[in-house]
Amino acid sequence: MSSSPTSRLLFDDPGPRARRRIRITTAGTLLVGAALVALALRQFAENGQLAAERWEPFGTWPMWRYLLDGLLSTAKAAVVAIALAMAGGIVLALGRTSPSRWLRWPAAAYVEVVRTIPALLLVYVVLFALPRYGVNMPLFWKLVVPLAVSNAAAFAEIFRAGIRSVERGQLEAGLAVGLTRGRAMRLIVLPQAARRVLPSLVSQSAGLLKDTSLGYVVSYAELLYSGKVLANYNHLLIQTYLIVALIYLVVNATLSKIARTLEARQRTRPSRAVRDAAPGAPVVKTS
Amino acid sequence: MNVITDHLSEFGDGLLMTVELTLLALAGALAAGIVVAAMRVSPVRVLRAAGMAYVETLQNIPLLVWLVIAVFGLPEIGVMAGLFTSAVVVIALYQGAYMAEAIRSGINAVPAGQGEAARALGLTFVQSLRLIVLPQALRTAIQPLGTIAIMTLMNTAMAAAIGVVELTAAANRVNLAEAQPIYIFVTAGLLYMALSAVFGLVTGALERKLAILR
Repeated sequence: MSSSPTSRLLFDDPGPRARRRIRITTAGTLLVGAALVALALRQFAENGQLAAERWEPFGTWPMWRYLLDGLLSTAKAAVVAIALAMAGGIVLALGRTSPSRWLRWPAAAYVEVVRTIPALLLVYVVLFALPRYGVNMPLFWKLVVPLAVSNAAAFAEIFRAGIRSVERGQLEAGLAVGLTRGRAMRLIVLPQAARRVLPSLVSQSAGLLKDTSLGYVVSYAELLYSGKVLANYNHLLIQTYLIVALIYLVVNATLSKIARTLEARQRTRPSRAVRDAAPGAPVVKTS
Repeated sequence: MNVITDHLSEFGDGLLMTVELTLLALAGALAAGIVVAAMRVSPVRVLRAAGMAYVETLQNIPLLVWLVIAVFGLPEIGVMAGLFTSAVVVIALYQGAYMAEAIRSGINAVPAGQGEAARALGLTFVQSLRLIVLPQALRTAIQPLGTIAIMTLMNTAMAAAIGVVELTAAANRVNLAEAQPIYIFVTAGLLYMALSAVFGLVTGALERKLAILR
């Protein structure tokens, strides 16, 4: 990775003395790191958690299959919740940018209210309040619905930022060639808006994927709840939860990497539409 | 409405617990965020890598997984702490990763001339960061830090899942006793809205007083 402009702000190219200081700090950092690892290993060893038989189960396929099944359920819940939340988010964003106040106000109220209510509170509402009124959903929906409801507000704000970043002239040109407002939005503004906020959409989706760990509360067998069940069965608490954490880390790090790549690509390369529209404009060559 | 007045003490205790969790976690997160952001802009490559590893690890694993590890996993290796302490420390470290990113982007927004001027005066890296760059960076980053503060408030609810009786858990308990979900959960929701409104107002006031617009 090349050094970003950040790293150049606070120091120049090091001279001999600075290089020595950097070497000393490096050694110190490595020493502290090693000490922390040693401390952790000592805690594991003293409590007998390093014994081979406490880690061997994690080299066997049935255990991994169980956890990967959990991951699959996590992915299912996340995909459905993301789809619902994005659809809701688009509707709310269109509502908030609509000229009619009867659409604008309810949409704004929804976003402002839901954004300040924890997802877990919504989960409790679905778990304990709705059944009293005869709404008893399957476990899957008990997890997906509150996540979709709460993330719709976040997606709405992202889409609204995107819509507002599209120049007014785009919508006006659409209206001028005879499109209705709805069609101009759908055909002209929204595609450009979605393109511009793609990185935020991906990172919000990664956040929603993390929220599916609330399946732990709902007892829907996603990754974390599967980990809990497995840990209760094999009594290897710390090992199981560390493996679960590792799986989350790999999946989410991949997603955030995708978001960063998209963002970097958008910064350096304008969309084809922009290049075609302004052929004289300088275009940063990539690839 | 009787359900609410009958259980005022439960709601009050829950609210207080949420506020305590949020404020302590925020203080810890700000400290962790400043340290990690400083590591990420330092001239020492190992420190930069460590800072980045911290942010990636903390941000890419769900908060609830961290809480479960701290409460059920760590006692297995002889690390015991009370529920409240565990929740505060875990939420502080988790939000610290987000704070670090916000502060780092604030540092990026400080004009390069400020750092150069500091070095020209002979300040060391730590001095120029502490005296020149960081104060400006924090003042630029007030808005994102306020957003993270509200996110922290929302995330303290996760502590309910591991048994800390804060506002969400208190509402749930009252509901189990009284079975009047609408009033009880709406009250809890309103309290959360009120709290985040307070955070929003404080952020706004700080912003008007301190922010440097760039």
